Amino acid sequence: MSLAPPLLAVEGLTKSYGGIHAVRGVSFSLRSGEILALIGPNGAGKSTCFDMLNGQNRPDSGHVRLLGEETTGKKPREIWRMGVGRTFQITATFATMTVRENVQVALISHRKQLFDLWGSAPNVDRSEAGRLLELVGMGGYADRPCGELAYGDLKRLELAVALANDPKLLLMDEPTAGMAPRERVELMRLTAQIANEKSIGVLFTEHDMDVVFEHADRIIVLNRGTLIAEGSPAEVRGNPQVQAIYLGEGLLYEGGHREGASA
Amino acid sequence: MAFYVVQFLTGLASAASLFLVASGLSIIFGVTRIVNFAHGAFYMIGAYIAFTLTERFSGAFGFWGGVVMAALAVALIGVLVEMVLLRRIYHAPELFQLLGTFGLTLMVEDLVVLIWGPDDLVGRRAPGFKGAVDFFGQNIPSYDLFLIVLGPVVLGILWLLFQRTRWGVLVRAATQDRDMVAALGVNQKWLFTSVFAVGVFLAALGGALQIPRDAVHHAMDLRIIVEVFVVVVIGGLGSIVGAFVAAVLVSELNAFGILIFPKISIILVFLVMAAVLIVRPWGLFGKPEAAARKTPGLSVNPWRPLTSNERLASLAALVIAALLPLFAGNYALTVGSEIAIFVIFAVSLHFLMSVGGLASFGHAAYFGLGAYGVAFLAKMAGLPMIVCLLLGPLLGCMGAAVFGFFAVQLSGVYFAMLTLAFAQIVWSIAFQWVSVTGGDNGILGVWPASWAASPSHFYWLALGVAALVTIALRIAVFSPFGYALRATRDSLLRSEAVGINAKRIQWTAFVIAGTTAGIGGALFAYLKGSVFPDNLGISLSVDALVMVLLGGVETVSGGVIGAIVYKALNIWLVSQTDLSKLVLGGFIVLIVVVFPKGIVGMLEMLAQRRRKSPPPGSSLLAKPIESAE
Repeated sequence: MSLAPPLLAVEGLTKSYGGIHAVRGVSFSLRSGEILALIGPNGAGKSTCFDMLNGQNRPDSGHVRLLGEETTGKKPREIWRMGVGRTFQITATFATMTVRENVQVALISHRKQLFDLWGSAPNVDRSEAGRLLELVGMGGYADRPCGELAYGDLKRLELAVALANDPKLLLMDEPTAGMAPRERVELMRLTAQIANEKSIGVLFTEHDMDVVFEHADRIIVLNRGTLIAEGSPAEVRGNPQVQAIYLGEGLLYEGGHREGASA
Repeated sequence: MAFYVVQFLTGLASAASLFLVASGLSIIFGVTRIVNFAHGAFYMIGAYIAFTLTERFSGAFGFWGGVVMAALAVALIGVLVEMVLLRRIYHAPELFQLLGTFGLTLMVEDLVVLIWGPDDLVGRRAPGFKGAVDFFGQNIPSYDLFLIVLGPVVLGILWLLFQRTRWGVLVRAATQDRDMVAALGVNQKWLFTSVFAVGVFLAALGGALQIPRDAVHHAMDLRIIVEVFVVVVIGGLGSIVGAFVAAVLVSELNAFGILIFPKISIILVFLVMAAVLIVRPWGLFGKPEAAARKTPGLSVNPWRPLTSNERLASLAALVIAALLPLFAGNYALTVGSEIAIFVIFAVSLHFLMSVGGLASFGHAAYFGLGAYGVAFLAKMAGLPMIVCLLLGPLLGCMGAAVFGFFAVQLSGVYFAMLTLAFAQIVWSIAFQWVSVTGGDNGILGVWPASWAASPSHFYWLALGVAALVTIALRIAVFSPFGYALRATRDSLLRSEAVGINAKRIQWTAFVIAGTTAGIGGALFAYLKGSVFPDNLGISLSVDALVMVLLGGVETVSGGVIGAIVYKALNIWLVSQTDLSKLVLGGFIVLIVVVFPKGIVGMLEMLAQRRRKSPPPGSSLLAKPIESAE
């Protein structure tokens, strides 16, 4: 065991809205290169938890640390500058710009050239943008207007944009929501490969249990705002409490795939 | 003490009309999402028609009947406008709706003068409320007391209407989610029409009820619309209670502001508004607006820098323009200079609007500040022209830095209304602070130095500056900053998620646009030899908007073309007809309905269609060939 702080350390994260405890004392950690899935039924507090990690939402109490450095209370853009890339559940891209320009904006921001009024943006890191797009399999789409892309391609573009600042940590909120089954597998395989090569930690929420059990190194389970289970896919699958929550459904996962169940 | 109570009651009485008009605007916005600029025009027509009817019919019935009939008649006009114009532009960007209804306002201003003449009309007193009530030695007109009671009564009626009737339930539902209401099988068309009719009725009633208090005149529309914007911004768009509270607040601020700061009373109201917007951007009683459902698949041509051929063509056009003094007379050159100056003005707003997605409705403030900056430096400090030209725009820069900081905290219609309000503040300072600005008389005798005095020299100067400004802004569009600005326009969420401080980027863009407008204003002061409050008035702000939209807001160079076409047309119209506002207004309405993409946008679309689509009939044939390439 090394004494270095983990990539991401979450401690006693708590948030309530009015009388409702959305998240209660959630703690977990994440190592570099590890892929961690955050799952739970609707209303479990996944999104609230996620928003507190990326700065969209402030916790009532608790801490989030990135490599030992406090990120709690920081703005999304500041957290990004600390090396956290993210993708959204509903994609957010620059619709009137081309695919390459989308990536270039992120690169311009990374190079801190945002207030450069004189340079030629179309030439900023053109090859680097192309390389990132190749990485996610979007090389052929570089000059397409982003608004014309199919949904699955938008998700891949978001991944390329999220990788533009050489992140240490990727936060992906339901990365495969709204995608066709084959696209899901491809996107997650790609993510796992990149995370592995660059030793990036990945935290993702997901509803599709196939995706979760196939690609996560470790799983944490939220229910009604509290963390009820944590462990390898096999451990979590065997956890009776988790099975109770995903009543009936859990049994179908035995053998690693389910039959006939719709997502 | 009694004096202050009376002042307070006078304020309450003024609030009644303001509340009627503001609630109408709020109701219409809530359901149709249209910020109805023409609301002031409906208020004005209400007053004019009520004047005619109450003069024609005598007695108490004649008066009160006339007031109600006037409001009903205007509501009918409103229905007509809704069915003929607004139905065509509900799905257009909100900017176009503001602009279209502004076009209507312009038309109405000329029409009322045509029908009722240019003079102020003083109506008769309300029967039964002719006298005054003695209040500890102070007189209060009894009509004021009537109005004080009327305000809450109307509020109550509206409350009942919205809470207790089926129609009210539908309106409230549509205010929350009009797509859902449509999906539930409600006939949206007639819901919108009826809502518009009710809103217009309230506006016209507000106008008609003003007759016993105030003269009817043809500029009352702009005055009320600015106050109403302030009221709905403070109260919260879409909230009727908010409109009531804010109307009282604004009226009281006016009533007491006159006592405390007689010279700059109007600023007080705007300061309160700015404060509210900073603390609660959606107003005291409003709710943060849920993002409207956008139609996906936005197909905008990606912008690209000019190709070398296009650069050559632009250069050739510039050279030809520079040759104008060889064959044109002095008048044409002066017109040419004015057009060049308006190109500067238009491209500055275009930068903010097209690249930044920030539609300023008060951009003339910075143009005018540049002009006043020059006038101050030239007349008071006696500095030479070249120094004035360099330093004058700094006043526009400073104004944009201060106002822009607050304005960029908001977006969409709120941004538009705040910028409009700021421009009105600047205008009222220029108008009221007579000792410094000369008020309505302006500052005269700002003449160019001898090297620029001849029309041809001045023309070259204006043309040169316009070319430089246009080129500089084009470079900025394709600079990293330009990309960042476009990014904040396209998705705030994503830009923040890639480390962009969106507000700071937008603020910078606002300052750049304001400074550039100030450069135009500085030249304008020398062209005209004088500076007036009109140089920062609403109509000039709207001129800029029209130029940008006419050229095409989704294009890179629309501002230039729009300015040339619009200004030339404008100057020509004014020389040809007395009804220039009517024609111009009609023209604006036409652009909004027929050419929503503007001239350049339309040309681009045509060019692209020619390039992309095969001739009709051969599409089946073309496909396999394309894919074989």
